[in-house]
Amino acid sequence: MTDFFGKRWHDMGGDPAGTIDHDQHDFALWEKRVDALMVLSSSKGLMNTDSLRRVLEDMGPEAYEKMTYYERWIASVTQNMIEAGAFSPEELATKMEEITSRGDTYGAAT
Amino acid sequence: MPHDHLSPSGHPYRADDDTPLTYWQTMEIAVRELLIEKGHLSAVEIQHQIDAMDARSPANGAKVVAKSWVDPEFKAALLKDAGSACRSLGFDIGPMHLIAVENTDDIHNVIVCTLCSCYPRNLLGLPPDWYKSREYRSRTVKEPRKVLGEFGLEVAPNIEVRVHDSTADMRYIVLPNRPPDTESLPEEELAKLVTRDSMIGVGLPKHLSELNA
Amino acid sequence: MIKVRVHDRWPPGHIRTPAYIRGKVGCVERNLGPFNNPEQNAYRLDPDQHDLVRVRFTMDELWGTDAEHPTDTIEVEVYSHWLEKV
Repeated sequence: MTDFFGKRWHDMGGDPAGTIDHDQHDFALWEKRVDALMVLSSSKGLMNTDSLRRVLEDMGPEAYEKMTYYERWIASVTQNMIEAGAFSPEELATKMEEITSRGDTYGAAT
Repeated sequence: MPHDHLSPSGHPYRADDDTPLTYWQTMEIAVRELLIEKGHLSAVEIQHQIDAMDARSPANGAKVVAKSWVDPEFKAALLKDAGSACRSLGFDIGPMHLIAVENTDDIHNVIVCTLCSCYPRNLLGLPPDWYKSREYRSRTVKEPRKVLGEFGLEVAPNIEVRVHDSTADMRYIVLPNRPPDTESLPEEELAKLVTRDSMIGVGLPKHLSELNA
Repeated sequence: MIKVRVHDRWPPGHIRTPAYIRGKVGCVERNLGPFNNPEQNAYRLDPDQHDLVRVRFTMDELWGTDAEHPTDTIEVEVYSHWLEKV
């Protein structure tokens, strides 16, 4: 038995929640790059704002709580690129393997 | 692992670059390189997009607001079609559809996106972290006055709070009330009074006495 | 102002009609004209166009006795296929 009636996790308007945290972080280079990849892939017709959001929603509430904003975004952009046929999962896996062999930090690997 | 901490361009890496490489960072590098190799994007386009986003900031919105305070014709154009009005001032806001909502003596406007984190990013730059939080997204449509209170803004009971939920294709900017005793202030000085929070609706413009504070 | 009711429907998928306005009655603030239907656009399907309508609700209508300040208002963009005239 479930009391689910169709309201999905991301549709949170009106839900009870705590006080607002005003802490702010500066965006890192890799986050700015994720942002740019989303904007440019959209302008090229490989994805759109709705397809970005659709994958984010389907990732579920756990991803929202545990992953950072741009971690979720790169997951969604990547899913969208695979769906659009921009590259295959195999090509992505090979590329990621090669990248991790370049070094232990983002600076060394990028 | 390199020990010189210099990128191929000769500039020092940011601090973020020295933390252990994560799965998601690896994925970003991979997606970027694959899209470039396959001819979908170029490295130059990516850099230009980052530069364009970095150039956007609340200062752009502040110029728009200040102009609307001194130029009734511009204000009318802004309320009719905010996107076109911003473009007429030379701001590159891309394909964004923008609506300006005006605070009055009777109405205080506030912007939220309950379903995700829609924000007038092509004018004001990227949204603050709190704007994307569960707390702000959930509560602003149900108890906006309590939320505004947490930002230090008390709205009098006789003023209507009007919440705008950016659910679809529009983005919003609040046109705050011009602060008192600023009649003689030039447009550039007025712009310095306009805060990011006043354009989201969780704050008010600075008072004249705070201009150089 | 034209009065409209939002459909009280709960399909799965990418839906831009927030739960808190479904089944509620509001007034049309303005019609923004045709936009791509996100419910198709999200899946890269060739999207239909629907008018996008800004609807104004009172806090009283949305939250009833739980309303913080019943005469405060919320304006939401709703695609026309989610609306019926009252």
